[in-house]
Amino acid sequence: MAIDARPPPPQLVAKLRRVLGGRSGWKGLLAQVLFVAALVWIGYEIVDNARDNLANQRIASGFAFMSHTAGFGVSQTLIPYQESDSYTRVFLVGLINTLVVSVVGIFFATVIGFAVALARLSPNWLISRIGGGYVEIVRNLPLLFQILFWYLAVLGALPSPRQSVSVMDSFFLSNRGIVVPRLVGEAGLDGFLVALLIAIAAAIVLPLYARRRLFATGKLMRVWPIVLGLLIGLPLIAFLIVGKPFSLEVPVLRGFNFVGGSRLAPEFVALTLALSTYTAAFIAEVVRAGILSVHKGQMEAGASLGLSRGQTLRLIVIPQALRVILPPLTNQYLNLTKNSSLAVAIGYPDLFSVFAGTTLSQTGQAIEVIAITMGVYLLISLVTSALMSLYAWRINRSMGA
Amino acid sequence: MSELGSVTPVFVRGEMVPQRPPPVHQPGVIGIIRQRLFNSPTNILLTIVGALLLYFTVVPTLKFLLVDAVWSGSNRTDCLADKAGHPVGACWPFVQAKFSQFIYGFYPTPERWRVDLVFALGALLLLPLLIPRAPAKTLNAGLFFVAFPVLAFFLLHGGGVQGFGVTWSADLASGVADSVGRAGRKLAAGGPIGSVIGQVLLGLDTVLVWLSWPLVALRDWIQASSQPVWLDLLLTAVAVTALVFILTGVRNGWRALATTVGIFVGIAVMVAALRLDRGGLPVVDTRMWGGLLVTLVVSVTGIVASMPIGIALALGRRSTIPLIRIFSVAFIEFWRGVPLITVMFFATYMLPLFLPGNFTIDNLMRVLIGIALFAGAYNAEVIRGGLNAIPRGQAEAASALGLSYWKTTGLIVLPQALRHVIPGLVNSFIALFKDTSLVSIVALFDLLGQLRAAFADPTWSTPTTLFTGFAFTGLIYFVFCFGMSRYSLSVEHRLNAHRRT
Repeated sequence: MAIDARPPPPQLVAKLRRVLGGRSGWKGLLAQVLFVAALVWIGYEIVDNARDNLANQRIASGFAFMSHTAGFGVSQTLIPYQESDSYTRVFLVGLINTLVVSVVGIFFATVIGFAVALARLSPNWLISRIGGGYVEIVRNLPLLFQILFWYLAVLGALPSPRQSVSVMDSFFLSNRGIVVPRLVGEAGLDGFLVALLIAIAAAIVLPLYARRRLFATGKLMRVWPIVLGLLIGLPLIAFLIVGKPFSLEVPVLRGFNFVGGSRLAPEFVALTLALSTYTAAFIAEVVRAGILSVHKGQMEAGASLGLSRGQTLRLIVIPQALRVILPPLTNQYLNLTKNSSLAVAIGYPDLFSVFAGTTLSQTGQAIEVIAITMGVYLLISLVTSALMSLYAWRINRSMGA
Repeated sequence: MSELGSVTPVFVRGEMVPQRPPPVHQPGVIGIIRQRLFNSPTNILLTIVGALLLYFTVVPTLKFLLVDAVWSGSNRTDCLADKAGHPVGACWPFVQAKFSQFIYGFYPTPERWRVDLVFALGALLLLPLLIPRAPAKTLNAGLFFVAFPVLAFFLLHGGGVQGFGVTWSADLASGVADSVGRAGRKLAAGGPIGSVIGQVLLGLDTVLVWLSWPLVALRDWIQASSQPVWLDLLLTAVAVTALVFILTGVRNGWRALATTVGIFVGIAVMVAALRLDRGGLPVVDTRMWGGLLVTLVVSVTGIVASMPIGIALALGRRSTIPLIRIFSVAFIEFWRGVPLITVMFFATYMLPLFLPGNFTIDNLMRVLIGIALFAGAYNAEVIRGGLNAIPRGQAEAASALGLSYWKTTGLIVLPQALRHVIPGLVNSFIALFKDTSLVSIVALFDLLGQLRAAFADPTWSTPTTLFTGFAFTGLIYFVFCFGMSRYSLSVEHRLNAHRRT
């Protein structure tokens, strides 16, 4: 009952089969052909319907509208913008606002998140319970709910500018936002800025140099006094040489609002607060899982070397935990950036709000506007995750993994 | 020895050290307090900071919600400090007055029993599904995931049906043939390459029309009869039952046959009970829906609809067929890379443009489609994790037994993979439940939307109305999400039982 040996299939055909259909062969090829046919059919239907519908509604298609005059004001702009500017300018204004709120949010979320994670891991029973309570409460309420809460209930309940809470008569907290003194540049500003830049560059380069020297020669170099001296000294010297490079413009209450100073809009404050506290709860869990993934013996080894708990965490545990932390941390950063689009609910002029909101309703060009908006968020997501995986790769390499 | 010997030992112990008592272990509350709160100066400081933090958050909150609260009243004046005679906390009469709005939105009052019935049925079917020891899981799951949504739709929305399986498949077939024919005619009128493709499509259209002719004729005959729905149901039942019986084989077919007949009897009972053949319950437009009802409808539909999408995408991503894999990856990455709110805008403003002009689609329905696709992409990644966790040997053993890809996947790989990822899925359901609040941005009044609408009511505008409303809705959201997360923890605990020592 020997089984007849089947002749091996001809090489060329086998290769073709593999190339065209993958491991499933001709069946796979058939599936692909059917799949592509279905996709093409759906795509054709979509395009055809969209063309008919747009023609019926008399909406022009294409991106020509981007150069038309926008004609609406934006409450917070970081680059010069007027109502007579084009939609392209509006798009840029929105994009910059989105990036600003994301970066500020990411910074605070990371700080709060690490703090809460350390609190949850603290040997102190009360502190760890408070950390746990924070995470549970914040994680289980919708973000939009929290944004509205901060905006309507907390910032909305602040007094009007006339009764605003003030610190030293120069910082004012009211329902129009936070008003702080503004730095106004004067004659010698350039020299001062150059000195500041040099100091910052030195503060970045010196520790790297010290680290390399430590690895090469084993000599520990105390860097932080030099860095601190540079950071304070250089600008100070420049300040003395050029003499008063800027002046402070203190806000003054005049009529019903403040004049002078710079203002953080309540929308911005509420959005940043909500985004960073919300994301911090998730980051705290990510960080906690990362720290717990480091073997307990590492902590004990640190203690037996005579390091304090803080030193052990900073020098031994967190560098190892970072490998576990980084990928999910990237996800949280991405979530925060994407969630900043909820600004539309409270009217902070971010990309989504000014573009997919106001521009869409003014021009009616739904397809183009939503495609651009989605494309930009997609691009931000892809770039951020690429950068973070680069960083993760470097960390892994430096760990010798 | 020589180096060691050169050093004169200073001290060598000559006798045993007396045993010391073990360190005192302080059990009980005092021990814990001493050990975990006050064992070092830093810890004492931390404890004091923590206690202050609690004092300044919890005490005012409790005071606001309970002690200073106003419990009864009819309008805003009852919640003002002048009338109450003390600093006023939460204004609970506001919640009482708006309660039905928070739950039902503007659903007509005489029809609200339908919503209650759906809530009750949902809870009744869901609870045994969540309890591990409850029997008949398959039946229960089938009822909850398939029968309940259909029933809930007819209960909540109302309206009846014109036909059944035969009519629908005939409609679908003639729709496809129409579309192919239309595309063929348009392309045939175009350029030289287009006209060739157009001719091919026109030929295909002719074939499709001939193939679907018997079905269409049957549909027309059914529609012309006096009881179209019942006749159609009967014919569909006979056709499906025969098909199932033939496919499963005469010897094994009896069980499948019984199931199929049971399902059709169930459908018949539902049609009869809701009088679907005679127009059904009065239609309540989805614009009238609101509050917790919309929140639950959107999240449950999202959860149920995103599962098959997620499974399909996860399998597609692991497929060996290149184009299907590439498409799945692109699809998943696209939906995961954009914010949900752009998906909602996509569904609200762009989707209608993609559909034929005579085909209008309900606003809630559009949002549901968007949410299902979005959540499907997220679920796909969770499920892929589960699929990756199944050892290769399982699939290889199945193929050694001669099972096909679909049988291997459906009977062996997927059940194990899904069990693995239940906690992950529950997490993504929690996220979905919270994200449903975004529908309030595209003009659907869910729980959060109703809350915002309620603030605008001047009858209740007091300094504390805002906080009361937030406290109440926050509590509802918290109860649902916290409940789900605790459940997921317990499932995780149970699934990991074998890992504990």
